[in-house]
Parts: sequence; C-alpha cells; structure tokens
Amino acid sequence: MKELTHLERLEAESIHIMREVAAECEKPVMLYSVGKDSSVMLQLALKAFYPSKPPFPLLHVDTTWKFREMIAFRDKTVKKLGLELLVYINSEGVEQGVGPFSHGSAVHTDVMKTQALKQALDKYGFDAAFGGARRDEEKSRAKERIFSFRSAGHRWDPKNQRPELWNIYNTKIAKGESIRVFPMSNWTELDIWQYIYKEQIKIPSLYFAAKRSVVERDGMMIMADDDRLPLQPGEKPVAKMVRFRTLGCYPLTGAVESNAATLPEIIQETLLTTTSERQGRLIDHDQSASMEKKKQEGYF
Amino acid sequence: MSHQDELIATDILAYLDAQEHKSFLRFITCGSVDDGKSTLIGRLLYDSKLVYEDQLAAVEHDSKKSGTTGSKPDLALLVDGLAAEREQGITIDVAYRFFSTDKRKFIVADTPGHEQYTRNMATGASTADLAIILIDARNGVQVQTRRHSYIASLLGIRHVVVAINKMDLVDFSQHAFNSIEAEYRSFAEDLDFEEIVFIPMSALDGDNITRRSERCEWYDHKTLMEHLETVEITKARNDCGFRLPVQWVNRPDLDFRGYAGTIAAGTVKLGDEIIVTPSGQRSKVKAIVTQSGELEEAQADQAITLTLEDEIDISRGDLLCSKGNPAEQSDQFAAHLIWMNENMMFPGRQYLLKTNNQLVSATITELKHKVDVNNFAHEAGKTLALNEVGVCNISLAKPIAFDPYKDNRHTGSFVLINRQTNETVGVGMLDFSLRRAANVHWQALEVGKPERATQKHQKPAVLWFTGLSGAGKSTIANFVEKKLFDLGRHTYILDGDNVRHGLNNDLGFTDADRVENIRRVSETAKLMSDAGLITLVSFISPFRAERQMARALMDDGEFVEIYVNTPLEVAESRDVKGLYKKARAGELENFTGISSDYQPPRHAEIEVNTVGTSAEQAAEQIVDYLTEKGYLLVR
Repeated sequence: MKELTHLERLEAESIHIMREVAAECEKPVMLYSVGKDSSVMLQLALKAFYPSKPPFPLLHVDTTWKFREMIAFRDKTVKKLGLELLVYINSEGVEQGVGPFSHGSAVHTDVMKTQALKQALDKYGFDAAFGGARRDEEKSRAKERIFSFRSAGHRWDPKNQRPELWNIYNTKIAKGESIRVFPMSNWTELDIWQYIYKEQIKIPSLYFAAKRSVVERDGMMIMADDDRLPLQPGEKPVAKMVRFRTLGCYPLTGAVESNAATLPEIIQETLLTTTSERQGRLIDHDQSASMEKKKQEGYF
Repeated sequence: MSHQDELIATDILAYLDAQEHKSFLRFITCGSVDDGKSTLIGRLLYDSKLVYEDQLAAVEHDSKKSGTTGSKPDLALLVDGLAAEREQGITIDVAYRFFSTDKRKFIVADTPGHEQYTRNMATGASTADLAIILIDARNGVQVQTRRHSYIASLLGIRHVVVAINKMDLVDFSQHAFNSIEAEYRSFAEDLDFEEIVFIPMSALDGDNITRRSERCEWYDHKTLMEHLETVEITKARNDCGFRLPVQWVNRPDLDFRGYAGTIAAGTVKLGDEIIVTPSGQRSKVKAIVTQSGELEEAQADQAITLTLEDEIDISRGDLLCSKGNPAEQSDQFAAHLIWMNENMMFPGRQYLLKTNNQLVSATITELKHKVDVNNFAHEAGKTLALNEVGVCNISLAKPIAFDPYKDNRHTGSFVLINRQTNETVGVGMLDFSLRRAANVHWQALEVGKPERATQKHQKPAVLWFTGLSGAGKSTIANFVEKKLFDLGRHTYILDGDNVRHGLNNDLGFTDADRVENIRRVSETAKLMSDAGLITLVSFISPFRAERQMARALMDDGEFVEIYVNTPLEVAESRDVKGLYKKARAGELENFTGISSDYQPPRHAEIEVNTVGTSAEQAAEQIVDYLTEKGYLLVR
C-alpha cells in the first residue's frame, strides 16, 4: 500500500485521541471558538465518530466582543450539522460592563474568556474539554502534554505533568479535576491550512481578503465591526483590502493588508510571510513568559 | 519563511500538490547539557527557514540578556520553552518541535540529558523512529552517551545518528572523529540498533547540518539534513500480522455496529478473516467505514471503523487480529520497566495497568534485576526508584492480548497507574509471557455463558456470604439454596470448611495461604458462574482487599456481597464449633474477631442482621433481592 502522508498521519492521531476521550471520560465537551483550528477540529470529530455524531456537545465561550460574522457562522454550522451547541457568557462580567476598551485587554480576556471558561466547565461538570491548541503556536505549548491535567481550581502545573508515552493516555482523574485535551498538538499552522484546502472545510470569510472598514491604532488595524469601537481624536475608519490571520475579539484582533481572496492565495501568503501567527494577537506581547502564566491560571 | 519560496510564489497549486505527498519522520535528540542539543535544533529550524523575523528578533534580544554565545545569536533560545528553563539555561521537559523540508515533515522530541530526566527521554523516544545522539568532540563517549543509547534501544529505536558536535573546537580533526566512532561502535554492539551513522558537525556555525562543511574535506557522506530526509525507516517492526485494538464501539442505530480503532500493525482488506482475542470468535471484514467513503483496504496507523459479517460480541479492549497470526494472551509477563515516580515501586503492590485500550489490575510479583543505564550492568534490587530501569515479572487480574514489544510497540507497551493518586508511575515493555500455555488460544465455544444461564432460567450470580465465625453464614446459605432449589434453579454451595478438606487441603492459615485460599475459591466460583450456576460462597473472608479481588474476577453485577452482621458477643455466645473458647484460651492464632481484624463491607449489596431476624427470614430477604434484581428469570 501507499505510504501514509503526513496529513493522513496527523488526522489519524487526532481521531485516536478523540475516540479515547469518548471511550474513557464521563462528560467530555469540545471547545469551539469558530476559528480555523476549531473548524479543523470539528471536521476531525465528525470523522472520528462517523456514522455516529460526535458523542459530546460543543461549547463556545462568547466574550460578547467576537466578530458578528463569527456568531452567524457558528450558528449556521451547528444547525447544518445538527450538533448540540452550548454558549456561555460570563454574566457577572457583562453586568460589570467588562470590555476591552473600558478595562483593557488583560482584564477583559481574564474575565470574559479565562474566568468564563472555568465557570462554564464547572457549571456543566465537564471532566474533559477538547481544545484546538497546537504545540507550534508558542513555546510553553511545545512542552504541554496532549492530555493536560487541571486541578479542581483549573490550574496547570507544568512541573508536574504526567509522562505520556506511545499513544497510551492515562485519563484517570479525581472528582473535581479535569483534563484539557489537545488532539491537534502535533499540527502546524501550515498543516491546518493544507487540511482545510484538501478537505474543503468551510471557514468564516473574515480569513479572506475583502474591503473592510478599519482604523489604525498602535500599529494594528482594528476593524470597526460594530458601533462600540470608540474613535480617538484623529482616528477615522478607512476602507482597506484586509484579512485576519486569527479570529477572536474584534478589538483585540489586528487585520493584515492582503489581497488573498482564495485558500491557495492565503496559504501562499502564509508561507511567504515573515512574522509569526500570534503576532496579530495583543495578549502575547505583554512579557515573554506571559502565555505560560496565563495557562497556569486556566487560560486554555 | 520556507524553502521553496520560488515555487510558492509562482505556482502555489503545484506546491500544495507536492506538499500533500511528503513523508514523515519523528526523531529524538539526546545529549547532555553542554553538548549543544538545543543549539542543534535551533539550527535545524533556522536553516530550514522556519524562524520568523519576530521570533529571531526576540532571540537576538534575549541573547544579549542571557545568551551564552557572545556575538552570535543563541539559537538554543528558540527552543528552551518554559520560563524556569530559560533562567537556568537547561532543558527540563520534553518539547516537541516541527519543521519540514521539500521532502519530509519532521517532529522532533527535544529531551533533557541528565540522568534524573531519564523518564523524559523515554517519553520522547517512545514515539520516535530515529535518535540523534550528540557527543562533544572534545570529550568523546561519556557515561551519558551510553545512557542515551541504552534508552533509545530499549524504547525500540533502530536508527541512530551519532552527531559529533563542536568539531570546530578540535580543528575538525579526523583522528578525533575516528576514535570516537570506534569507541561508540564497540559498546553499541550490546544494543539493538540496525543502523548507526556518524556525522562531524558544528551546530553553532552550521557545518554539516544543512550545509556541507568546508572545514572538514575528509568527510564525504551526507549532511545531517540529507540523512534525515532520506533515511528509510525499516517497516519490519510492527509487522506481526493485522492488529486492531478496539477503542470504541460505534452504534448510531440498531442496524450499524462498527468497531473503531487505530490499526496497530499490518493491513486489512474487505473479506479478510479475523479472530477476536480474547474470545477467540471469528468473522470476516464486511466494510471499512470512513466519512469520506468505504475503503478497500487500510494499513497500520490509520484510524478506521470496521464492520463484520457476523453479529458477535466485541467490546473496547478486545484485539482484532488476522486469522492466521493472532496475538498471544497471558496474565503473567516478563517486562522491562522504567520507573517514573518519586514514590518507589514495590513488588506486591497493586497498580492499574493500561495498554492500548485495556485497563487491568496488576501486581509486580518480582523484580528480577535492575539495569544500570550507564553501563548496562545487571544489579540485584528489591525496589525501583525514579528513573531506574528493571526487569520484572508482572501478574494481571485477567489475561490481555499482546505482542512482544520488540515485534510491536503499540501492542507490547503499557503504563502503570497509581490507584490512589492516578499518576502514571511507571511504563513498561512486554518481553514475553511466563505461562507455557501462552500460545494456546481460548477455544471459542458454541455454547456460551448466556446460553447456559438462559437454559436454567437464571442469571449467574456469586452470593458471597461474609461475616464472623458463627455469624450464621452457612446456615443462611443453606436456607437460600433450599429455596432456590424449590424454585427450580441451579445452585451450588462452596463452604469454607468443606473446601479446606479438599481443593485447599494444602493451605494453612498464614496470610499468604489465606489469600491463596480465597483466590482458588473465587476462581472456582467464576467457573461455576460460567456454567450458569448461582453459587453461594460462605467464607469468613475478613479482609476487604480479598473480597474486592473476588469481585473483580466476576462480570459486572454478578458478585453479590452479603454481610451477615452478627455482633461479636452474639457469635461468641453461640460458639457452635467451640472455636471462640479455644481462641480465648490462646490455642488458636489469628482468629478473626479475637486476635485478627474483621473489616466489615462498606457497600455490601445485602446486609442481614441475625439478631432479631431468623436465618429463614434472612434467606427470604436474599431471595427477594435476587427476584427483584432479575437474577431469577420468569419462566
């Protein structure tokens, strides 16, 4: 038989991980953030359990500042596939009016994303949560296990990770503890794009270049997705051909100027680009070990 | 960013097409703190143009702060991930790196070199097909070189690259290179490698990594990258016939029953005859189901779903094998063990053993010897401490299907889990079965347990009466049996005293003999259950652990623990056999309730109180329970 290609191997590894969780964990959930990685993860889940549907719901932690198109895309996708979707919003944060402009990106991300996720996992009592994180994204992720254990307070202890050998995963946990499972740990950004291309996976159009209304701020291009974007003196939205390399809260996600309007063009641009993917995200810049700290505190 | 800039820019579709067919290699790098391992990986990433400008700028910034390379950018900073590691300048944990060239995609497990991180190296090696072992040209073969080589060999890596690094510091001396090669080859004879390649290099400057060095013209073989791109990983391993460990049973509706799993070895085609271990049932492959259509055939490492021609009972943990070449099964093994936890391994302690999809109770019955990972010497020992390697005998609560690790990594490996903390405390590689009958496969019988039980209009059960001597266990058991007999059910009583006259007449009352006593009775009860009988076991069985052992042996719902609760004063006042009197007089040692503990059940299915309840009433209570729970089928 023909030797398996690297994408086929990655796909099989991810499917194996998902099935293991379905077989061994009591109440798993898949975190669905609507981005390209989530789209690939969802496709892998559909494959893993076919002809059954994935035996777990999807969970979207909505910070209320996501691009409007993300929400529309999310609802359309789950409806078409007939899957169960749970949406969680930190209502305390909403009551206190927490947002990226009033409270800054760090507080906003902590309250509306990190805390919200913990609340959601506690509320439903999930003992395992799939995430789409990859080891190539960031240095501390490179050392995280595929099955990553969280204490009852959702903390990650990088010094106390379980040995993970072969494809044998120890899923035993005590009451209150949980596992974050990263089935795409070994994928790279390029693998994700190639797979989307090969499998023709639908992703939000925000990834494709189009004329969009943006303001330039602190060297980033912020899209005016709704009227909550306060304009500072001298700022004026201008229409530019832009696209997004990652999707998140629109005020925290910088656009890049681009003409790439098809998948091959996006891949082409990604391959020829000279800065790494997370640069478009504000939260990684704070300090060089910031992601590791956030993860210890429960950020996915 | 990447290697084929031109093709990407001019014809992205052609590029994508070429990318689709790239092959894949997982390797591990091992070396000591100062051998330049992180620098080597940083160099591979840098030279394959996978370092982004912002990353490189960050490294240049950090190099000034904490770098160790003077004016050159410290490429090791690209890979040392965790904050603590950056501060201490050492690599603590396994980190995985990704890079690719035009020909291959690579995953590198970057593992630490210190002896106290043996477990991390084993982790990285478990999924790798090739090891790069770094040697500092100035120091030659070191103790840690032997250790890294031993662990690589133990974990089943067959291809090794000995990277003789820092050649710039010995003026690229061919003599230095040759003598290191000779020394390495001589000790590696004891190891299980198929191919060893030696490459002189300087990771810091990039000599012979991707670029041929101009400083050592005497070396005319491949650069490291050329070798990594072209090395052929032998397929001989994992070649023990088709193996599909059933991971998940897929039942979307009554019409579809699929067995999902990742193929651990071999290939499978439509119509292939398969045998299920451990049941021994046979069938043929009806379809290989995937979301993108049915396949004609599938091979090792693919995650598939199979359907079979026959409706047979298969569940998670079963292993589907090619008919002509099924896996062995056993519950007693010799295995190599690497200990991974601060709490030591003690023979006799119970652990959970997890293989690919099977989870069973396990005890290490004997540590045959420890292995000194630095010189491969065998040493006597009673325990294994963190990072120690040993050869052990292991006993399981029930047989598992397996292949020796040297034949198949996926069906020959296991991890050990601490039952209290849930930590993974050890990992192992199965060498061989200790039972001579290992190759005798269970005969799949036409008439099975369900058929036998249905014929008798009952569900098999083991009614386990526990309680003090004189509590009334045997009396109640006799009444229960009589009632069941009158109802036309099929029963048998195993009574403690009676069994000791025959089957167990070679056993005394030491702790070890008591455990063996219970074990034999449990196994006998299990056979009777298999025959479809309702078995009544009347045994003091004072310890929870033993009763748990008996329970674990039976199928779910089959074990019914009945606590015959009689206060000691009452039992002693009855003293039907005069034993309490003897025990009080000191004539009987280890007498339960007097000089030895009785541990009452915490979650007995039935508890009967013999004070105020007659034996006959207690028997009625038990028969009612059996009726209610469906053990006695309506005729």
